[in-house]
Formats: sequence, C-alpha cells, structure tokens
Amino acid sequence: MSLLTIEGVWKHYHGLSVLRGIDLEVAPHEVVCLIGASGSGKSTLLRCVNLLETIDDGAIHLDGVEITDVRADADDVRRRIGMVFQAYNLFPHMTVLDNITLAPRKVHGVRPEEAEARARELLDRFGLADKAGEYPDRLSGGQQQRVAVIRAVATDPRLLLLDEVTSALDPTLVTEVLGVIRELKETGMTMILATHEMGFARDIADTVCFLEGGVLLESGPPEQIFSAPEHPRTRAFLQRVLEARRM
Amino acid sequence: MTDGQSAGSPVPTGDAERAEPVWVKSERQLRREAELRARGRRSVSVATASTIVVMVALVAGITSSPGWPRVQELFFSPQAFVDALPDVLRGFLLNIKIFLIAEVFILVVGLLVALVRGLRSPVFFPLRALAVLYTDVFRGIPTILLIYLVGFGIPALQLQGTPSDPVTLGIIALVLSYGAYVAEVFRAGIESVHPSQRAAARSLALSHGQTMRHVVLPQAVRRVAPPLLNDFVSLQKDSALVSVLGPLEALRQAQIHVASSFNYTPYLVAALLFIGLTVPLARFTDHLATRIARRQTGGGTA
Repeated sequence: MSLLTIEGVWKHYHGLSVLRGIDLEVAPHEVVCLIGASGSGKSTLLRCVNLLETIDDGAIHLDGVEITDVRADADDVRRRIGMVFQAYNLFPHMTVLDNITLAPRKVHGVRPEEAEARARELLDRFGLADKAGEYPDRLSGGQQQRVAVIRAVATDPRLLLLDEVTSALDPTLVTEVLGVIRELKETGMTMILATHEMGFARDIADTVCFLEGGVLLESGPPEQIFSAPEHPRTRAFLQRVLEARRM
Repeated sequence: MTDGQSAGSPVPTGDAERAEPVWVKSERQLRREAELRARGRRSVSVATASTIVVMVALVAGITSSPGWPRVQELFFSPQAFVDALPDVLRGFLLNIKIFLIAEVFILVVGLLVALVRGLRSPVFFPLRALAVLYTDVFRGIPTILLIYLVGFGIPALQLQGTPSDPVTLGIIALVLSYGAYVAEVFRAGIESVHPSQRAAARSLALSHGQTMRHVVLPQAVRRVAPPLLNDFVSLQKDSALVSVLGPLEALRQAQIHVASSFNYTPYLVAALLFIGLTVPLARFTDHLATRIARRQTGGGTA
C-alpha cells in the first residue's frame, strides 16, 4: 500500500490555478523528486501535503486515511510529516539544540533529557556536534540547513518534505546538505523533494516527476525521465537546464 | 648544523613569516589617519563654539527681558526650592508607586488584548470583538478625561467592593488608557514576525498556542521592547494626572506649596524630579534599540 496518495488535487491563488489535478502515489521508503521551472507548483504541492495550504479540490491520503478531510486534525497529520524549507526557517531566538528538541518536547511529550540525547546523537551523525549551543545566525547557510533537516527528522516522521532546500546556498555548501539527504535515504526515509539539482535528482530519486503550469506532465524512474523523456515539454525543460549549466 | 646557520637566523620561522602577509601601516594610511584626527579636532571645536554662542544668546535673551527679575523670584527662588523639596519628594514616591503598579497591569492587559485579537476560532468571536472595541474606545479618550470618568464615576456607582481610594482609581484609569496603546504595540510586534516562522512551527505540529508561546512571542517581545519602554517614559509623567483625584503625589504637593507661598518654584522641583526619572529610562531605551538593531543587521534568518 502506498504511504501517500494524492488524487486530483487543485489549488487556486487569486483566480490563478497553481495545481491542476495532480495525481501522485508515494510508496514507503520511496524518494520522489519534483522537478520543473519556478512557479510550476512544486512548493505548493508540498505545502498542501503538510496542510499549510488548503486544497480547492481532490484528496490527499496518508497511511490510507484522508488528511484533507475538513474534520481531520491538522496537528495530528503534521506530527507524522516533517518539512524542510528553502530559507531554513530556524528559530533565531533558540539555540540549535532547542530548535531540534522543541517539537519532541512540546508536541510528542518526549522527556527533555531523552530529546536532548537524541538531538545530540543526530548532530553528531551529521557533523554538527560542536554547534549544539550556537544560535542559528552564527552558522553558515549549509550548517543552518543541516540543522533544519535534523529538526524535521528528530520526531521520526513517516514522510519528509524538502522544499528546494539547496536553492539559498552557495555551490560549495550544497554538497554538505545533499550528503545529509543521501544518508537519510539510506535509513529508509520516505521523501518528496522539490529540487533544481538535476544531477542529484537523477542520483537519489526512485521516481522523478516533471511539473509544468500546475500539471504533472510526466513521471518515472530517473533514467527514463532524464535520458528518454516522452513528453516534448519535459525534453524542452531539460534542454534549457542543460544549456544554463553550460553557460 | 653548520656555522653559517648558527648565526641566529631563524630559518623555519622566516619561512612562516613569508607565507603570512604582515601589515605595516603605509605612509599613505598614516597621512590619512592624521588628516582624520585633525578633522575630528576641528569638528569638536566648532561644536563647542557654537554651543557656547547659543547658550549665551539664550541666557542673555531671557535674563534681559523686562519681566526677568519677577520670573527669577517666582520660579527660581532657592528658599522656596528648599522648603518644597521634602514634601514634593515624598509625593514623588507615590508617583513612582503608581507607575510601577500600573506598569505591571498594563503589560498584562496589553498582552492579553493583543493575544485575544489574534485568536481565530469562531468561539472567541465575542472576545475578539470586545478587544477591538476596547482598543478603539480607550485609545480615543484623553487620559485626563478617563481619570475623571473612572475616579468619579466608579465610586458614584456605589457598588459593593468597588474601590474608592483615589490612588487605586487613578491606577485603574492609567491601566485602561495605556493598556490599549500597549496592546497595539504587542500586536504590531506579533505581526512583524515573519510568516515563515509560523509555517515552520506549524509544520512541526506545534498548536496555535504553542507556536505563539515558543516561537512568535519571544521574537515579538524582543522587537517591541524599545517602543514599550517609550510608552513607560510617557506613563511616568502621566502619573501626575492622577493629582486631579486628590492624592498627595508630587504635582499635588507642589500645588499646595504654591498656594501657600505664592511662589511657583515647587513646580520646578516637581519637573526636575520627573526629568530625573525619565531621562535614565529614555537613555536605556536608546541603548536597547541600538543593541537590537545591531543584532538584526549582524545576520538574521527569516
């Protein structure tokens, strides 16, 4: 059974259709990469899954239960989904450790010592052990984003959503964040990534989905999408990406 | 080791020095700094000179006015100053008490009203409407008018348990008036926290209340600390308005002395006491504001 099912999801902003009937299934331990130009609806789709946006039609099921039911408890849904944002969105008034342990302590009822031990273990694993007591603005962008990923996985979510997590980073810092994501894949984390890093998507994704104008035009294994895309729009998009890289 | 190398030439450290650039101030930089120092000295002397000129003109202008001897006697009498000081100072302690007590309640009322206005659930609609009504009404009434209304209106109700002590009534009026202002300051602070912070907190499954308590409010309060302190500077002097209800605070004491001696110097005493209290707080507010500004430009995350 799939972990997440998105069926016929529509979303409008001010009369503009941002998502136009999106269908997508995500199996447990699967890594799905959403690619497409800015404004194609990737981020909006992730925000809809996390109920940060309400959808205008269709349904989203998590573990076989509809989470877009208006009677569903949004907090309960979010307890099972982690999210990492493009601009990190760490809490600037809290130390790295407090950023990570806030949700486990306040939402999941984990005892403070346990939450701290788990946070330190994660920081250690991702090479940030010495940053536990620092405030976010003392860290580099790459370090901040790694902390944000740790914060999102510290509550052991069923599903992790990553919204263009390397777009705000300079190229030398991108690899360290991608390394963390690669390691999460090895632990079997189910993930949906909106990304502009085509090389990384090809490398890590089980399924790549190409979105354009709010429509999921094509999806399939990375070899197929990147080497033999069926849809002419996908080909055109990949061609543009390739040209941009050659500049 | 050969003789040639033993002459004290530190070969390895010499290498290290060549690798690391060492800064020796250049002629150009020394000249530049000398010029900047000279300019600094020049601006200090210009500022001193112009200050002296302005002060002399002011003092000369005032003291040469035809009524000055009369004003000097009425407002600057050393004898009247010394006579009034103990009573006015005693009254001033009551001002301090009034504004300290009022301040605590104002913070509580302001924060509660701001939080109520942020509630979304339809259950809270009446509360939300009340909060809006409260800020609209009490920001619109002049503080002195409010003090009259509360001070004479509440006792006139003759209800059991309502306070009749003028100090308490004055504090209630100040809390009602300033609470409305402070609520707006808090609300502005809450709204100034970037929506992405809320999104991050909600994505971690924190409830609305938890998001407010742990993520939004701590950042909002830090941001509004300078404007809040500014409101309290204003509250300190407005504590004198309570004098219209009769308690023997600084202004009232000064009035009594003026009435018996026909000399206005006691007012000057009261004014100096208020300045003595507000200036340090105002300086502290400035200091806090610059520190926050520095922290925010030092690199913040949205």
